[in-house]
Amino acid sequence: MAATVELQELRRTFNDVPALQGINVSLGGGEFLSLLGPSGCGKTTALRLVAGFDQPDSGRVLVDGKDITRTRPNRRDMGMVFQAYSLFPNMTAEQNVEFGLRIRKQARAARSKRVKELLETVGLGHAGKKYPHQLSGGMQQRVALARALAIEPRVLLLDEPLSALDAKVRVQLREEIRRIQTQLGITTIYVTHDQEEALSISDHVAVMYGGKIEQVGTPAEMYGAPATPFVAEFIGTMNRLEATIADDGAVDYAGRRVLVDAARGRATGERVLVLVRPEVVEVSPGENGGVLAGEVVSHTFLGSETRVKVAVGDGELTADVPTVRVDSLPVGARVTASFPPASARLLELSADEPPKQVDVEA
Amino acid sequence: MRRRFIAPSSLVWLVLAAAYFLIPLVATFLFSLKDVQTGKCCSLGAYGTIIHDPQFGKTLWLSLKLALETIAISLVLFVPTVYWVHLKLPRMRPVIASLALLPFVVPPIVLVVGLLDVYRGWSPHWFYSTPQFLVAAYVVLAFPYIYFALDAGFRAIDVHTLTEASQSLGASWRTTLGRVIIPNIRTAALSGALLTLAIVMGEFTIASLAAFHTFPTYIQYINQTKAYPAAALTLISFGITWVAMLGILVVGRRPGGAMAMRAGGR
Repeated sequence: MAATVELQELRRTFNDVPALQGINVSLGGGEFLSLLGPSGCGKTTALRLVAGFDQPDSGRVLVDGKDITRTRPNRRDMGMVFQAYSLFPNMTAEQNVEFGLRIRKQARAARSKRVKELLETVGLGHAGKKYPHQLSGGMQQRVALARALAIEPRVLLLDEPLSALDAKVRVQLREEIRRIQTQLGITTIYVTHDQEEALSISDHVAVMYGGKIEQVGTPAEMYGAPATPFVAEFIGTMNRLEATIADDGAVDYAGRRVLVDAARGRATGERVLVLVRPEVVEVSPGENGGVLAGEVVSHTFLGSETRVKVAVGDGELTADVPTVRVDSLPVGARVTASFPPASARLLELSADEPPKQVDVEA
Repeated sequence: MRRRFIAPSSLVWLVLAAAYFLIPLVATFLFSLKDVQTGKCCSLGAYGTIIHDPQFGKTLWLSLKLALETIAISLVLFVPTVYWVHLKLPRMRPVIASLALLPFVVPPIVLVVGLLDVYRGWSPHWFYSTPQFLVAAYVVLAFPYIYFALDAGFRAIDVHTLTEASQSLGASWRTTLGRVIIPNIRTAALSGALLTLAIVMGEFTIASLAAFHTFPTYIQYINQTKAYPAAALTLISFGITWVAMLGILVVGRRPGGAMAMRAGGR
């Protein structure tokens, strides 16, 4: 039975700078949770507390209900995959995978059988005799994964394991990590700053910012129903329109009355953030009497779609338009943007808390 | 495959450099071949005189022993220390680096007088009255060489990640040090050991001031008393040092060591 993991009120401060300000999250057996956030948000600190490489100032880490907060890292039975360069350079791929089993004093025959199996699992059955420096970055991370899995850990921890790899390998390997994780049913915590990565392979995603968890949910919930302005900004691309409630079912945005279903029942004059995904925004040529009329300012080619920016009043609206249609919307053209009233979400914008500016890594 | 060739200007420098090192050696060699009695060429008598001198073997063995002891003590002391500093106290690195420079600054006479004073105070007589006492001084002398060699070795590997990877797989501190860290800094430790060997095999000042009879003091004695055998002895000691260094290289060069450095250095 796969282990459950619980982080309770974890706090950690480095030289008076709070890195974690009370983290609470729990994982069911076999669950895959991603800690997602920009650099410095505390996600790696949280993972290191679970691994035991660091101690919290307060709070607890529970595995299967047992408090392991003060247990030494080598007694926690957790497999860990690091960002890079974690393979022992003096050992071959096989010896690296075998290392944990030797520590556990397994018999030689059982060891070599298990090593062979694991290297096959990660697709490196042929490379067992190679030293780390003879392997590509992607292969090294596969070996590192096999090594972490060899000890049959109760929990698998991955600390941005793909961030040093190139894009194609990254996508391929993340799918494999998920496949292997599902196959083995091992409880997993995955740290990443790449939202696409987190959304594509996780059961649950916890978005972190400033040492706190902003929201935990399934990838679909995080994308479709962001609970805070930060999550809205961080997950996917989002139009954020600062507006005030005009009347029932409409907001006032840059002096224009825009229909938004979610505005119903709100107090007139309340400041809100209207969130609209670019894929629901329609752009049509000419000014056909719609309220969000403006001018195309840029095109960004994304393949089948093109991201079109439209200047509306003082603001800007981003729309994803099928590339085949984009010729009718050249830069500089007058256009009208619109979105279905039901597709926009509203978040309160409190006066004392300006929307956070996010510095997102590539 | 492209043929490699050396540009004529490089060749000139190569010949000049070779001459600079080889001419004294060749001259010494020719000088050592002169007959001890007649001073005429060519005889191996000078070599015979040295090899049959019981002092030769005795002092050589003593110096070698002192060198090996110095290397052993230095490595046992400094490998865990430098490891710990890199892992837990990176801010101490500049402090230790400046400490490591002290043996260069303190004159040997101050060192030997100081050490004799210290050890006379509390150590048993058998210690400071035997040549083993020199090891205490030599460990101090070797400190910079061992420290900077190890420091470079530790900088070339990702000490943190390797340590944490090892621990997460269940290894204790001792296992981590023995199976993961040391094999990956072996080349660095080896170069520190080679330098130490060379220093101890040639250290004259302290041995002479502390009135012990080591190989360098023996060379000096022969130099003052016997002209041709002195040349022979110089060449012999030159050869011995080279063989010893080669020996350490061969012993230390198991597969993995050199590769580890390359992989770690990326």
